[in-house]
Amino acid sequence: MSGWLVPAADDPVGRSDTPIEISLDGEVLRGIAGQTLAGILISNGVSAWRTDSAGQPRGLFCAIGSCFECLATVNGETDVRLCRRRAQSGDAVTSQARSSS
Amino acid sequence: MRVLIVGAGIVGCAVARELSAHGVTVEVLDRSAPGSATTAHCEGNILVSDKGPGPELVLQQLSRRLWPDVLDAIGDDCGREVADSVEWEPKGGIVVATTADGAEGLTKFAAAQAEAGVTTHALSADEAHAAEPFLTRDFTAAYHYPDDAQVQPVAATFALLRGALHHGARIHPGVTVTGPVMESGVLRGVMTTAGAFAADAVINCAGPWAATVSASLGAPVNVKPRRGNLLVTTPQPATVFHKVYDADYVGAVGSGDADLQTSTVVESTRGGPLLIGSSRERTSMSVGISMISLEQMARKAIRLFPHLAGVQVMRAYGGFRPYVDDHLPVIGADPRLPGLWHATGHEGGGIGLAVGTAALLRAQLLGQPTPMGADDFRVDRPALLNGSGVAS
Repeated sequence: MSGWLVPAADDPVGRSDTPIEISLDGEVLRGIAGQTLAGILISNGVSAWRTDSAGQPRGLFCAIGSCFECLATVNGETDVRLCRRRAQSGDAVTSQARSSS
Repeated sequence: MRVLIVGAGIVGCAVARELSAHGVTVEVLDRSAPGSATTAHCEGNILVSDKGPGPELVLQQLSRRLWPDVLDAIGDDCGREVADSVEWEPKGGIVVATTADGAEGLTKFAAAQAEAGVTTHALSADEAHAAEPFLTRDFTAAYHYPDDAQVQPVAATFALLRGALHHGARIHPGVTVTGPVMESGVLRGVMTTAGAFAADAVINCAGPWAATVSASLGAPVNVKPRRGNLLVTTPQPATVFHKVYDADYVGAVGSGDADLQTSTVVESTRGGPLLIGSSRERTSMSVGISMISLEQMARKAIRLFPHLAGVQVMRAYGGFRPYVDDHLPVIGADPRLPGLWHATGHEGGGIGLAVGTAALLRAQLLGQPTPMGADDFRVDRPALLNGSGVAS
């Protein structure tokens, strides 16, 4: 999946963007207020942030909260669906691997 | 010989593979899709640990011996990837008692099983925690059953069906049986929503719908639905390594009580989510899920694995077990209607018992020496012929 964000100037709803910053495993990513955490990740070119038991990459799949593929730890809280969580500036996202314990 | 199998769940597909591999011409009918009903709503258990001495345990021991051979044969016939898709995991089971009474009951139960040839041994507290580091420290007895195993039940059903198709069997999904085709008092096939199918024998593998199918053929058996529910957690790091259950489970499996019963079973799946079961409740075929049973199961699972308190439940599912009042399956010819056979009524053990059932039925049908006595599973026993059992 690739991220695609309409520039604010071209957006017919007259959006004004407030920039925010989050982190993924310590790396700073920029987004705009109102995006979901998954939205910020994919618009930064990150399409996978979890591995399954076979080591296969997992990320956004259904994007509507049903499939639970986009889980990550957010500010210490495990199993957060990134597609359902609106980003707050400073959110620390940590990827989850099946093999870790 | 031409055989019709009614029901393409795990039992019907195991019987189809077994018979077609022995040269029988097999057609499988299912009113819906293969493996889509009871098979798709269970945990994929192959358990010796929950069965006390008796005919069901003997059938399970036979089936447990056969499962690896059947998977090898499917690998040879259809390719290793088909056998691997089954997710066969001989992970072993650990049964835990959390009360003094529970410890006494479990110790007696395990001793009787050991006498009957089940491999089991008591675990010390240190051994139990080495095997399951996240298990509660608050337990009174724990027994290890290395022969307990697990499969992905729908994948296992499709692998068995692939094996049957390899040997020339045919599958007809979306076909409902509506009545018998009779000839001089002998069943010679079935009428269906897709026309008549002729056969020398018809095998009823319809699980919780076995009563409905057999009634439509004129020889009803009293198999009833027994509801069960399961919780599914979000994908987890590896924290549960065996099939772990509370000793209460054994009592609930053997109970005939119609009211809701829950007992804890916790296991991981290859994909990561944990399955938390299970409930037993005799109901009609209503599809609603009881919140009370889900809450009880969650509470009991946390008692066994305290770390689950912070874990999210992703969804719940439920299905119907084919229940017989005496808790034994029905395997064999129906003496009331020549040409009709049954392989059903396995309650919650159908996945584990499927391949043993198939071997036994094949021997009966083809007049070969049977791998075990089958008299306890016969159709004309009181538990099966009292009442119609036809589900609403």
